[in-house]
Amino acid sequence: MADNLPSEFDVIVIGTGLPESIIAAACSRSGQRVLHVDSRSYYGGNWASFSFSGLLSWLREYQENRDIVNENPAWEEQILENEEAIALGRNDKTIQHVEVFCYASQDLHDGVEEAGALQKNHASVTSANSTEAGDSACLPTEDESLSTMSCEMPTGQTPSSDPEHALEVNDVDTTGEKENHCDDKTCVASTSEEETNENVPTVEDIAEQPKQNRITYSQIIKEGRRFNIDLVSKVLYSRGLLIDLLIKSNVSRYAEFKNITRILAFREGRVEQVPCSRADVFNSKQLSMVEKRMLMKFLTFCMEYEEHLDEYKDYEKITFSEYLKTQKLTPNLQYFVLHSIAMTSETASSTIDGLKATKNFLHCLGRYGNTPFLFPLYGQGELPQCFCRMCAVFGGIYCLRHSVQCLVVDKESGRCKAIIDQFGQRIMSKHFLVEDSYFSENTCSHVQYRQISRAVLITDRSVLQTDSDQQISILTVPAEESGTSAVRVIELCSSTMTCMKGTYLVHLTCTSSKSAREDLEPVVQKLFTPYTELEIENEEVEKPRLLWALYFNMRDSSDVSRSSYNDLPSNVYVCSGPDCGLGNDNAVKQAETLFQQICPNEEFCPPPPNPEDIILDGDSLQPGASDSSAVLEANSETPKETASLGNPEEPSE
Amino acid sequence: MHGRLKVKTSEEQAEAKRLEREQKLKLYQSATQTVFQKRQAGELDESVLELTSQILGANPDFATLWNCRREVIQRLEAQKSPEELAVLVKAELGFLESCLRVNPKSYGTWHHRCWLLGRLPEPNWARELELCARFLEVDERNFHCWDYRRFVAAQAAVPPAEELAFTDSLITRNFSNYSSWHYRSCLLPQLHPQPDFGPHGRLPEDVLLKELELVQNAFFTDPNDQSAWFYHRWLLGRADPQDALHCLHVSRDEACLTVSFSRPLLVGSRTETLLLIVDESLLAVEWRTPDGRNRPSHVWICDLPSTSLNDQQPQHTFRVIWTTGDTQKECVLLKGHQEGWCRDSATDEQLFRCELSVEKSTVLQSELESCKELQELEPENKWCLLTVILLMRALDPLLYEKEMLQYFQTLKAVDPMRAAYLDDLRSKFLVENSVLKMEYAEVRVLQLAHKDLTVLCHLEQLLLVTHLDLSNNRLRALPPALAALRCLEVLQVNDNAIESLDGVTNLPRLQELLLCNNRLQQPGALQPLASCPKLVLLNLQGNPLCQIVGTSEHLAELLPSVSSILT
Repeated sequence: MADNLPSEFDVIVIGTGLPESIIAAACSRSGQRVLHVDSRSYYGGNWASFSFSGLLSWLREYQENRDIVNENPAWEEQILENEEAIALGRNDKTIQHVEVFCYASQDLHDGVEEAGALQKNHASVTSANSTEAGDSACLPTEDESLSTMSCEMPTGQTPSSDPEHALEVNDVDTTGEKENHCDDKTCVASTSEEETNENVPTVEDIAEQPKQNRITYSQIIKEGRRFNIDLVSKVLYSRGLLIDLLIKSNVSRYAEFKNITRILAFREGRVEQVPCSRADVFNSKQLSMVEKRMLMKFLTFCMEYEEHLDEYKDYEKITFSEYLKTQKLTPNLQYFVLHSIAMTSETASSTIDGLKATKNFLHCLGRYGNTPFLFPLYGQGELPQCFCRMCAVFGGIYCLRHSVQCLVVDKESGRCKAIIDQFGQRIMSKHFLVEDSYFSENTCSHVQYRQISRAVLITDRSVLQTDSDQQISILTVPAEESGTSAVRVIELCSSTMTCMKGTYLVHLTCTSSKSAREDLEPVVQKLFTPYTELEIENEEVEKPRLLWALYFNMRDSSDVSRSSYNDLPSNVYVCSGPDCGLGNDNAVKQAETLFQQICPNEEFCPPPPNPEDIILDGDSLQPGASDSSAVLEANSETPKETASLGNPEEPSE
Repeated sequence: MHGRLKVKTSEEQAEAKRLEREQKLKLYQSATQTVFQKRQAGELDESVLELTSQILGANPDFATLWNCRREVIQRLEAQKSPEELAVLVKAELGFLESCLRVNPKSYGTWHHRCWLLGRLPEPNWARELELCARFLEVDERNFHCWDYRRFVAAQAAVPPAEELAFTDSLITRNFSNYSSWHYRSCLLPQLHPQPDFGPHGRLPEDVLLKELELVQNAFFTDPNDQSAWFYHRWLLGRADPQDALHCLHVSRDEACLTVSFSRPLLVGSRTETLLLIVDESLLAVEWRTPDGRNRPSHVWICDLPSTSLNDQQPQHTFRVIWTTGDTQKECVLLKGHQEGWCRDSATDEQLFRCELSVEKSTVLQSELESCKELQELEPENKWCLLTVILLMRALDPLLYEKEMLQYFQTLKAVDPMRAAYLDDLRSKFLVENSVLKMEYAEVRVLQLAHKDLTVLCHLEQLLLVTHLDLSNNRLRALPPALAALRCLEVLQVNDNAIESLDGVTNLPRLQELLLCNNRLQQPGALQPLASCPKLVLLNLQGNPLCQIVGTSEHLAELLPSVSSILT
């Protein structure tokens, strides 16, 4: 089947993360023949989103991955004398220090049967899901979209690749594994307690009972399809590069978005809402009248600070936080501006950087709502897929579960000329884009990577409850000690289509100084109460309960310069994995820069042509023909002009 | 190349577009023509509905076609069965909605919907409210939709509390919303009726304070948003005062009676709206205005027969009844007196505080404090400055006079575009203060010199003034309303920029008129003075007309009774 792949392309893209997908789309849009491959079974690489069971199998893969020492040098025979090979890595080493904690009650005996029951239920759950997917055309059922998108995908290369089946197997396996995991982590004692508690609704259960007390682990498993858990937690700035690109290229039609509904701050042990828009300031109950004025005045100034150089030039040398102290702002306003609007810290940025960040925040405000951010429904993992879809629309060819063994370099020219894939097929191309994680250790031996600390939590309640339980919030928790970085918390409600009803999905992100758990657990403890402890301490009811938690570190390859990779030919381009930033500008910038190198003088993702203007094959006479037919049609209808007039009105100005 | 799209070139596109447009225009015109022909021929049937919907669907602002549709529907109503009509109405409502989506601010479309709903036997108001909510979701300031919503809410008798909550929600989203604030000003008096103040009266204090807080939130958040300031003005404003008779004056010499009202009114010459009762018997008199034009005026005059003024009786009683305003006033002319009057005192009646007024001055005081606080933060905000001035006027016009003048100066500096308006407003306030001072002093002499006045207001309040000094101001004219000063004997207008003297007419007691250093160009400008019988001294020195050869002769001819004319 692999032979079906054409043997020559213009651009081969390895890895389906966001920058790679944008480049693939851009190249395909400007007429390049694109082959886009990913060794994984899903789109997005470290930009992907997973259902709950998908996430568990992803975790499992990482564990297995570690053990695989697969040496299959069969491809070496194919390398000719005037050629050299750059072997690509077999294992992904970008994820480390994975730790999983389950706090929700899980009945051990039930659990075993549950898995079986789950298997039976699974079919119906899936079908329900897939009808939804049909309606919204947005659900990331990777395998489905895959088959619609690529014409020559070598499906079912191995019998076990039936995705549905694979998932189920994983479910069973991981639950088993899960139990072990919990055994390690002190959950054992509590599980039996919870068992008894579970049937007796406890007093401290908050009033909204209809949901029927606690969410159990088996419920999470059962509703696992409702989750779309992002590996990398980001949002879109309303006027960021990615939004502009989505609109310009019309890729936006493949995705749906929701506005982040509020910005939160963590101050003096309490979570509070940050008034950042005009409407917020107007409605805020916590600010005095004068504070409202001072905040609005300062923010208005920030909007056009460049035009008032004289007002800040004396403060250019000091930090933004020092500068804020010189302004007529009360301490809580200073805190809001520094941590939640500029999203910086006491020491990190200068006055100019802070003003710039504040301006950017405000500039994005109000385009789509009262906060500057958008979140893609069904998770961040949708975005790479949207661009892949666009790439496929313009003829790009997609192969998932398709690994590349090596790049073939022509000794004489020093340029890369082909790849050899897992089946030993040699595929020629002019340009090669490789995502950082695909390189072998030999290639990256000199590269210094930073790390991102991540936590994913499932909780039962928002960190700040209001009338509406459907809030999407961003919360910045400043670093407590110097040398560590602020922790960004994004809390998603179920209407973002990333978690089941009655739960919240919470992402924590910061630049690593230690392991993810060491970096993030203090913040988790400040904001949440582990489910088990809650049984004992009634007074802690204020905090949401923690049902499940995952910690991991992700490699941050965003700032690596190309020259630090060993011996890359000039036509091999490196795409980085996700960065730690809140927005996606980095990925877009990178994609545009690389695209300009591959296709100089071509426009980057121009708007697609109007469908009416597309000339279909064998339609060379189309323009004239269609016009004359329109005239004929109209003429024949003049007696009752009516019918045709209805249609053409909408493009008229 | 595989998979690469072939796309029309831009010339091809332009050509295709041009043909398409031409086609559309042809269809549009012929459809319009057909409709008009059918209308003229009286063929108002469903085909007209069909044709007009083609055009209106693309251009809902074609008002004539909505009229056609109304005519058709009216005709069909007579011909169709109720079931058929129901279908027709349903289609019409759906069509209207699609037109509103094309242009949510189409007057004709909203009006047609109003008309249609008003004709239905069982209109579905809930659906209409929902429609309004949807359109306001898209554009919360669409006043067409707000209008329609008020119509629907009134028809459906939606409780005002619910509508108020709706305005709350939209103000929360974006407080810069005139319609929403305005709707509140209609709903709140309905929700909190105050028996003493009629339908548009004041609000109870607790409600008022809550609203003031809300609106303060708005102008502290964005002091440049006008909508909140306008609502603030409404909250602090008061209802129009009832028509009143302010002053009654009888003069034996001139044998006339003068009445002044709280606002310009028209007194018909035949209709019995203003009755005069002299010594308990009704007297038929002819009412006129001082300028003789008999247009709506503050001041009306009638001549009295000598029998009503004779000196035989110890006194004469004059009672004037304003029948439509249900108000009256009485004054007495005693034996041996030249005149008699009865007047409401401006000091007692707070005549000049009509801009803002609340019963509780504490509320005004605290509003003044918050506005001053805001003003310190926003020294250049014109709305805030103006509100501070109005609040000071309402609280105590004399106490705050000096401060007010400073605020006017600042306001003029930050808002030079409205300098003339502000000068006039300032003049008005200064005249008010001077009138108050004069009345406290209980004299009939009004000092308005050196006040930088640009305009004369409240002249109807000066019915009894005998000496008026307007020197050293910036006045350019003596307006017709000056004719109301029936008792004026000496008028000083030196050092102004007077060009015309229209108001100095029919002043029965005027003896001296000082007009030095003004801008009177031609002797002809003095023509009105000929109607002042007692004028003996006229000083025109320093006017351009003094330079004209023969002016003295001209003036002597024009004003033969004026014994002393200085040029």
